[in-house]
Amino acid sequence: MVGKVIQMEDAKCRFSTSFNLIPTRLPSHPHTLTVNHLDPIRHVRGESQYLDDVPVQHGTLYAAVVESPVAHGKLLTVDATAALELPGVVHVLTARDIPGENQIGGIVPDEPLLAEGHVHFRGQPVALVLAETEHAAHAALAHVRVEIAPLPIITDPRVAAAQGELLVPPRTFRIGDSEEAWAGCAHVFEGVAESGGQEHLYIETQGAYAFPTEMGGVRIISSTQGPTAVQRHTAHVLGLGMHQVEVDVTRLGGGFGGKEDQATPWGALAALGAFVARRPVKLVLDRMADMRMTGKRHPYSSDFKIGLSADLKIVAYEVTFYQNGGAAADLSPAVMERTLFHSTNTYFIPNVTATAYSCRTHLPPNTAFRGFGGPQGMFVIESAIASAAERLGVPATEIQRRNLLREGDLFPYRQPAEGCHAEQAWDTAAELFDLPARRREVDEFNRTHRWQKKGLAVMPICFGISFTKTAMNQARALVHIYTDGSVGVSTGAVEMGQGVNTKIAQVAARTLGISVDRIKVESTNTTRVANTSPSAASATADLNGKATELACLALRERLLQLASTELSMDYEGLHIENEQVLAAGKPANTSWEKLVSAAYWQRVSLSENAHHATPDLHFDATTNQGYPFAYHVYGTALTTVQVDCRRGTYEVQAVQIAHDFGQSLNPAVDRGQIEGGAVQGIGWMTLEELVYNEEGRLLSNSLNAYKIPDLYAAPKVLDVHFLDTPGHSRAVMRSKAVGEPPLMYGIGAYFALRDAVRAFNPDSTISFSAPMTPEKVLVNLHPEFTPTPSDAWNSPAHSTSATTSAAS
Amino acid sequence: MSQFYLNNQLIRTDQPAGSTLLDFVRYNQHLKGTKIGCREGDCGACTVLVGELDATGQVVQYQSMTSCLTPLGNAHGKHVVTVEGINAARGSLTPVQQAIVQEGGSQCGFCTVGFVMSLTGHALSSQPSTAASVLASIDGNICRCTGYKSLERAAAHLQQQLEQRPATEALPWLAEQGFVPQYFADMPGKLQTLRSADTAAATGGSETADPLPTAATSLDAPAAARARILGGGTDLLVQQPEKLRATDVELVYDQSHLRGIRREGTTITLGAATTAQQLLESEVMLAVLPQLPRFLKLVSSTPIRQMGTVAGNFINASPIGDLTILFLALDAEIELETAAAHRRWMPLAELYAGYKQLTKTADEQVTAIRFEAPAATDAFNFEKVSKRTHLDIASVNTAAWLRVENGVIREARLSAGGVGPIPLVLRQTSVALVGRPVSVETLRLAQQAAQQEISPISDVRGTEQYKRLLLHQLLEVHFVETGLLTKEQL
Repeated sequence: MVGKVIQMEDAKCRFSTSFNLIPTRLPSHPHTLTVNHLDPIRHVRGESQYLDDVPVQHGTLYAAVVESPVAHGKLLTVDATAALELPGVVHVLTARDIPGENQIGGIVPDEPLLAEGHVHFRGQPVALVLAETEHAAHAALAHVRVEIAPLPIITDPRVAAAQGELLVPPRTFRIGDSEEAWAGCAHVFEGVAESGGQEHLYIETQGAYAFPTEMGGVRIISSTQGPTAVQRHTAHVLGLGMHQVEVDVTRLGGGFGGKEDQATPWGALAALGAFVARRPVKLVLDRMADMRMTGKRHPYSSDFKIGLSADLKIVAYEVTFYQNGGAAADLSPAVMERTLFHSTNTYFIPNVTATAYSCRTHLPPNTAFRGFGGPQGMFVIESAIASAAERLGVPATEIQRRNLLREGDLFPYRQPAEGCHAEQAWDTAAELFDLPARRREVDEFNRTHRWQKKGLAVMPICFGISFTKTAMNQARALVHIYTDGSVGVSTGAVEMGQGVNTKIAQVAARTLGISVDRIKVESTNTTRVANTSPSAASATADLNGKATELACLALRERLLQLASTELSMDYEGLHIENEQVLAAGKPANTSWEKLVSAAYWQRVSLSENAHHATPDLHFDATTNQGYPFAYHVYGTALTTVQVDCRRGTYEVQAVQIAHDFGQSLNPAVDRGQIEGGAVQGIGWMTLEELVYNEEGRLLSNSLNAYKIPDLYAAPKVLDVHFLDTPGHSRAVMRSKAVGEPPLMYGIGAYFALRDAVRAFNPDSTISFSAPMTPEKVLVNLHPEFTPTPSDAWNSPAHSTSATTSAAS
Repeated sequence: MSQFYLNNQLIRTDQPAGSTLLDFVRYNQHLKGTKIGCREGDCGACTVLVGELDATGQVVQYQSMTSCLTPLGNAHGKHVVTVEGINAARGSLTPVQQAIVQEGGSQCGFCTVGFVMSLTGHALSSQPSTAASVLASIDGNICRCTGYKSLERAAAHLQQQLEQRPATEALPWLAEQGFVPQYFADMPGKLQTLRSADTAAATGGSETADPLPTAATSLDAPAAARARILGGGTDLLVQQPEKLRATDVELVYDQSHLRGIRREGTTITLGAATTAQQLLESEVMLAVLPQLPRFLKLVSSTPIRQMGTVAGNFINASPIGDLTILFLALDAEIELETAAAHRRWMPLAELYAGYKQLTKTADEQVTAIRFEAPAATDAFNFEKVSKRTHLDIASVNTAAWLRVENGVIREARLSAGGVGPIPLVLRQTSVALVGRPVSVETLRLAQQAAQQEISPISDVRGTEQYKRLLLHQLLEVHFVETGLLTKEQL
């Protein structure tokens, strides 16, 4: 019985060494390991089925995508004559073969499925080859002649903004009057901050497998976080009703936002192939094609101005964000909006003017990535604080701690901080992990070591939970109880490793009072649950879990009403616990199985479809004011790094986190999200460097050129403390959303490295430019060596002139 | 025709020897537990175990390999193990699987099987399990979800269990504990049978004393002349997998005359197909280069070190080939042999004509590598800096050999990669050092000289300025790491 999974006493303990919450059972009884993430029992045996593992149907054609070889130009001809003569090649489809509208733009209709008229980024799909084998399809790509008249290429968002190349109009969030406030500030500092993009690097690449159906529609198995998006756009492209397109998702081998909107092209292309060829079509991108053709986390270039009072209160903050949106809007407007929502991170600032430009460049359309613009906004305010601290000669922590949000403080979008744990998170982390002692240790180490330096930074976070597009905060669950007492749950949630299926199973088991072993969480399917929101915004478990809870509550009530009638007992006081019906706490003469069976014979419905919409939310996108978030999640991380000042290499020694989980439904799953998110954030801030050249060609185009953290790059110590917080009634079972917030702890790694470099070279004028690669560390440690610094050290968005990399 | 065991099943296949083991396992045998992540050996999602009979013929030694870069032909005569081959009956979990589940070491699951196979390979290893070695076994596996801490906990848990493992003949214990199924006990006998069949085929049926397995492909002379020579696959299968599927390949990985490391007098000779892992485990090498484990930890990952050959690294001609840089500073020579069995020795430093251009003729194959053992008093160091410290390609790498007598540098040989179109011997820098006292001034002279003879370019591994600075710094590190200069002097 899962029930009250873990006593909070256990949950609150520090998990620095071993983790004993999970009952160890004999391997022969894997079903008893119910407290843990349920899927891994199959993962470790290689039995979980991902897209490419689906048994191939006889007659399947394999698709490969012809890409634009240039980043911007007029598309003159697409000539497939030679390709079509190759053995095994069946079709080469272009925009002309699209029966419906050639359009897959989600927020703005500005993105064709297959290029038409012009090409806008390198890697843009131009044509689709269908062949009898995968080898034949790929071999044909080079034989499709694509003729393009080149046009000027923009890769820098500031250049795009200067030329008026914006994806959507700019927006400004404003509270107080920053213009007026400068005069009253004791200190005012200005600067520039840049953060680089980030490749999602889900280990399972994008793909889809489409089958023609008997009524002229298609069925698509897709590796997508947004089944409804795939369905809607495919229907549009094929000129069908949405009811003619079925999308099914079993699980993803990682998503991280990269499959929220950008799984759609591959689903729609496979469907187009199946629709035209009337044969199943499978399309799986190879790694390098995936890296070339799909968008990433948005690089940002930003200007900041911060004003402080004499006692280090932040009085005013102005920030202008230039978001590198890429060639089409995709999710960029929403990402940009979330940057504005999180532009003040977890600080209260009375006078804020935050403006954002979503800039059109000739890179693949950038897209959702864990944090969704929030991390980019937070990096700038933290840079502004660090800039002020360095120039004032005070520790950044002095400014950070003094300005943390308090209960009732207004965010710039006028929602008050309610159930605010900003100070609690900071103070708990500072006490538990002994921040003063950490600082002393670092200073002492630096005093006694010349060529090794340590650095320390504190990163507090605050992240709003909900889709900021209010309408998307709805979900449905379809729950069937079968006559043997087993239960199938369908929701709109997509399992991609975050453990949402486990949480949903727990919610169902807990609400129905039965063992989690009886619950199966079904694949995510648009015919079972329609009009779903994508699994995104950290809100999947909240939305779909709440819907599941509602459905199970209704079923439970129905069953207990039946029990009350059948057994002539008072309905009040009836419960189901451990699969036993209890009357006023005592076992009644019926069990779960008997009750379910009785319900069937009494013709009582054993199915329920429930709808949940997060209450109280509203936001006016014209005034940029409202109550957009169900609640906020808080936390604080201490990061310690050590730099080898001869080599410029470094290691993250410790990340120590106090995090606001609320009443964690599954501490094992939640802790995994914190650890994984933090390391992903560290990767973004340190190793992961996206490099495009001036022609818009991705140079960091494979796993040998784009490095994500490996085992040895992970922090040596990663402590996660569960703060004692009550959770929120808008969170599923008061267990707060946990997907995105931890990524932002990684920002601490940048500032800790900066701290270490400045310990070696106090005069260093390091630009606020992330990622802090070993290159940037070394050149900032030894600036005297290079009289003319490279632009690449100041701007991740800056493209290098190199066209080839020295191969390995 | 390749013959091998895939799990508990004998495989005879005519699939091309140069195609990948991964495609064979997934799409020919429909064993879908082995995943495709990158097809370049950088993620480890496709990790399998490859077991080979040892010299005694009694024990199968298993190594983890990334099946995406393993030529199918290299499986010949071996025992290939995928997750389906270790799964216990009725859905129960092996101790490795159990540890990962229990510690939360799997989220999306796509990389998980790779970790399971690497850790199972560690359990099957004849080397003792230590905190460092159990982690090293998964250093070629990338996970994007977990942040690794849960996997570290799983590895630590496992290591504790493996402390009970008998030092020799561990297989019965491993089978009893459920690490591998019972059929593993039959594998030595089964592989011996394969080997005998090979020997019989090679000798026209007559038994000989030579137990060497023959290569999976036996090509006639003209075909052999056209064939691509394929070693561990770790470069060629990244660069041209389609081509290798479609052409004849001459497999050298298992040719026993191309293996082995021996010392005669002061000369050390390696077979061309020696792997980086074999270097690391060689007592001959460790005796002359005690710091080799530190150097090679920076070179690729455990599975790739078990696959890639030394000669392959040379012939790939990357300007930043790690082993190339190391052997350049050792003044290594290579033996080249033509199809007509004509042999000659050539200094490694003379192999490179330009970016990815070799001075050897097309039909010459590297058969051996030799170098003079450094004296115990010589200073030798290898340095590599890359964006990610491990399993990454260098921004700059460099090696230094210095013979110092009475505080004076008598001989010097420095090499550097990533600073020009070829792996470079820093001749001017080396010359500048000779005859000078070991001092900070001498180091500064060398650093200046080096800047004159390098020509780095800006690319994805770093800007030109960075690479110049990095080499400057690493030359200093050579002097510090070898103890020639102390911290106080610098």
